[in-house]
Amino acid sequence: MPDQVLEVFRFLPDGDEEPHFDRYDVNYRDNWVVLDALNHIKEQQDPTLSFRWSCRMGVCGSCGMMVNGEAKLTCETFVRDYDTDTIKIEPLTHFPVIRDLVINMDDFMEKLPRVSPWLVREEESDLDQGEYRQTPGQVAQYKRFSMCINCMLCYSACPVYGLDSTFIGPAALALAERYNLDSRDEGHGQRTDVVTAHEGIWECTYVGACTEVCPKDVDPAGAIQMLKLSYALDWAKSFVMPKGSDS
Amino acid sequence: MTREYHQRLPRTWWLRRATYFQFMVRELTSLAVLAYAALIVWALLATGNGKSPAGFFDFLRSPLSVWLHGSVLMLALFHTGTWIALTPKVLVLWRGDEQIEPDVIAGANGILFLALSGVVWWMVMG
Repeated sequence: MPDQVLEVFRFLPDGDEEPHFDRYDVNYRDNWVVLDALNHIKEQQDPTLSFRWSCRMGVCGSCGMMVNGEAKLTCETFVRDYDTDTIKIEPLTHFPVIRDLVINMDDFMEKLPRVSPWLVREEESDLDQGEYRQTPGQVAQYKRFSMCINCMLCYSACPVYGLDSTFIGPAALALAERYNLDSRDEGHGQRTDVVTAHEGIWECTYVGACTEVCPKDVDPAGAIQMLKLSYALDWAKSFVMPKGSDS
Repeated sequence: MTREYHQRLPRTWWLRRATYFQFMVRELTSLAVLAYAALIVWALLATGNGKSPAGFFDFLRSPLSVWLHGSVLMLALFHTGTWIALTPKVLVLWRGDEQIEPDVIAGANGILFLALSGVVWWMVMG
């Protein structure tokens, strides 16, 4: 089995003033992902190492970390793909670190519901009227934005969020557009205040790194630019048609 | 409450990733567009109200002016290219149930840009 050195960010809130890096030699198997290597370290070398993970198959979005400076899901990042002397593992940037590789995600959890990321109906239909039906074309309109797993890699890649944490951020805004594009949703107007606030879409300067790091090809940067156009048209329509321009 | 470590973004963040660097270059090239807008304002001020434009035209003929115009043109074209590349992100069009390819949207915008530039060229030079 080949060797690789993992240089892992360590921060113990009860002891460390500043974080430091610990080095671990790992004999890894060819099919190991970085998360396997971290679990191996925890089981065989250092049980105090802390990190989040759950599904191990790129669905839960728990195991996001910086791998050699790049935001990655560690459950789908293979050790064998790194031919560097060491692989540097750090917590997702821009978030407060609770311990080692575990970040505090409260900020994201507070922002997410602000964009009403669910189907908003002005009036709910009775259950006996059946489901809200859609054509394949209507599903295609929003499907790519619905693949978000809330892994927060996009927040970690976004320098705007890093410089100003009041920014609602890529994933939450992409989900706002996902529901705005859904033919069953009627919440476009309800989301206006949050989406068009200063810390909403207009804070985005279209760096585009969020889209690059997204493990699900959601394209949050694209979603935000579509929101800009959509809400700018609403604003323009409010002059042309002062009444009934909310749609 | 548990003590947390707060990560800070270094001033050199824009050197960390090619995308960040490209973003900074794109934003900085907009200064070239601003510089040319300032030149146009200067031209209006220098030639308006019956003033003699000789001094202004002397400046336009100087090597410094030619170099500046060439540089600004290159930077403005680069900036324009980044915006044309962005258009498929904003303008998502559908033909029935199929999305029109992003390259088609960007290409159409590029052709429109060239055509409009040609019209302006014809109006000025024709």
